[in-house]
Amino acid sequence: MIGPTLRTAALQLLVVLLCTAMLAPIIIVVIASFSGDGYLKFPPDTLSLRWYVRFLGDPRWLASLWNSFLIAAMTCVLSTVLGFLAAYAMARGTFSIRKTITALLLMPLIVPHVVTAIALYFLSARFGLIGFKPWIAVAHSVVALPIVLVILQSALKVVDPNLERAAMIFGCTRMGVFRRVVLPLVLPGVVSAMLFSFLTSFDELVISLFLAGIRAETLPVRIWNSLLLEVEPTIAAVSSLLIAVTCAALLVEWGVRRARERTLATRN
Amino acid sequence: MPLRLAAKWALIAPALALLLLLFITPIGWFIWESLTELGSLEEVWLETQAVLGSRAILGAILNTNGIALTVTVMVLVIGYPLSYALSRARGLAFSLVLLCIVIPYFTSVIVRTYAWMVILGRNGLINQILLGLGFVSEPVDLLYNRTGVIIGMTYVLLPYMVLTLYAAMKAVDQRLLQAAEGMGAKPMAVFAKVFLPLTLHGVTAGSLIVFILALGFFITPALMGGPGDIMMAMLIEREIELSHNWPVAALMTIVLLGITLALYALYGRVSDKAEGGFAR
Repeated sequence: MIGPTLRTAALQLLVVLLCTAMLAPIIIVVIASFSGDGYLKFPPDTLSLRWYVRFLGDPRWLASLWNSFLIAAMTCVLSTVLGFLAAYAMARGTFSIRKTITALLLMPLIVPHVVTAIALYFLSARFGLIGFKPWIAVAHSVVALPIVLVILQSALKVVDPNLERAAMIFGCTRMGVFRRVVLPLVLPGVVSAMLFSFLTSFDELVISLFLAGIRAETLPVRIWNSLLLEVEPTIAAVSSLLIAVTCAALLVEWGVRRARERTLATRN
Repeated sequence: MPLRLAAKWALIAPALALLLLLFITPIGWFIWESLTELGSLEEVWLETQAVLGSRAILGAILNTNGIALTVTVMVLVIGYPLSYALSRARGLAFSLVLLCIVIPYFTSVIVRTYAWMVILGRNGLINQILLGLGFVSEPVDLLYNRTGVIIGMTYVLLPYMVLTLYAAMKAVDQRLLQAAEGMGAKPMAVFAKVFLPLTLHGVTAGSLIVFILALGFFITPALMGGPGDIMMAMLIEREIELSHNWPVAALMTIVLLGITLALYALYGRVSDKAEGGFAR
């Protein structure tokens, strides 16, 4: 039986190596961000918080952090609301051109962001909207919407339409059904949709690059602009912050899902 | 509760309006305006011939397809065993493997690109290891050339392949494998004659998705590539940012969009067929 065991061991070793390679770049950036050396080096000779101090002490970096946060928050609300309405319509309504609608709604994921960005730039420049933060959020919603839709459509699949019918028979209004039946049941899905649309906007670079101008420089745009000059360690600190936001979002999402599974388990 | 006609359209209208006003219309308008700037249809045609005949642009189109193809092959070769392990793993091992794929997947593309710039640089980790072990006598150039672009893009696109393949592998009925084994097939034969054919639609779908996304890549090749690695998306950006040449950008956009949408249509057919096959 040496053959199969050896094969399994080889596969396991390969998987461990690949997984390490997947996570290593991210861990390396985080470690490098705590470097005390004057230039970027891995592994660092000394450890310090100097790059975080520099990041948090620089008004331009802070302004871009605030811009990113603001735009992501607006994108999150807008795309989740629009996405929820559309997902509900798709789940409960019958559309003869369903396939066309789905293909259209998912299109922004497929079309290169550069194309979307340039077209929006063309539009925004004419109307003087470059650097207007709510406008950038609307633009980010175009690429966040498909993600929200995919998440909410699968969340709504779980909601039995009969529950809604029952509530209506017992005198609940449409709004009442929505508030008391649908929303509580899809809440974990809504939370995921909000988190991932926030992340999509918070991490988006190409569209922001064209629409941000100088007024609304976001964190990724600021990273891009400094990377074109040099690979300086402050970027490692900023990147670590972005990685932390991603991990926090994934953790919250996982927590919400766990909590939901547990309530379902206790009810049954 | 089924929705009435007016209600369902009212609910979906805002989302459709957003896409029509901020996605379809701007793309169409930008292409139309940029091309009509050139004048009559004949002049547009002459410009098209000049643009598509120019070395720089032809080079970018070839580069783009070459890089996208190489990256797709790399991602498939690395992604297949990884997805297989993921589909077989249980409990803690499953969570750990998934974590190693999902965390990079949701990390900003620019952060992931920056991470590889740190690792592949002249005094980065890889060069330190190679020098330390004495494999090379001076630092190897891994950045600002094709190698850097391929490594960076493979890393960024790998999760898409793994998640697509995982779904396909998860759908394989384990009893079919047991049956093959029970009838005396060797492990390699079970893989080659049962498992691989059953997951082939995942391979096609994953490869198409990765290739489509790779075609439109901008951030990673722009930061990690050299002068010989100009891709179409980069060229479009340069035409606008540097030379304000909207007509050329519009023509390039038509080419890029054309290839992308054609492949997307193909992807739609492949995934339709796959679903039909499983919906017994």
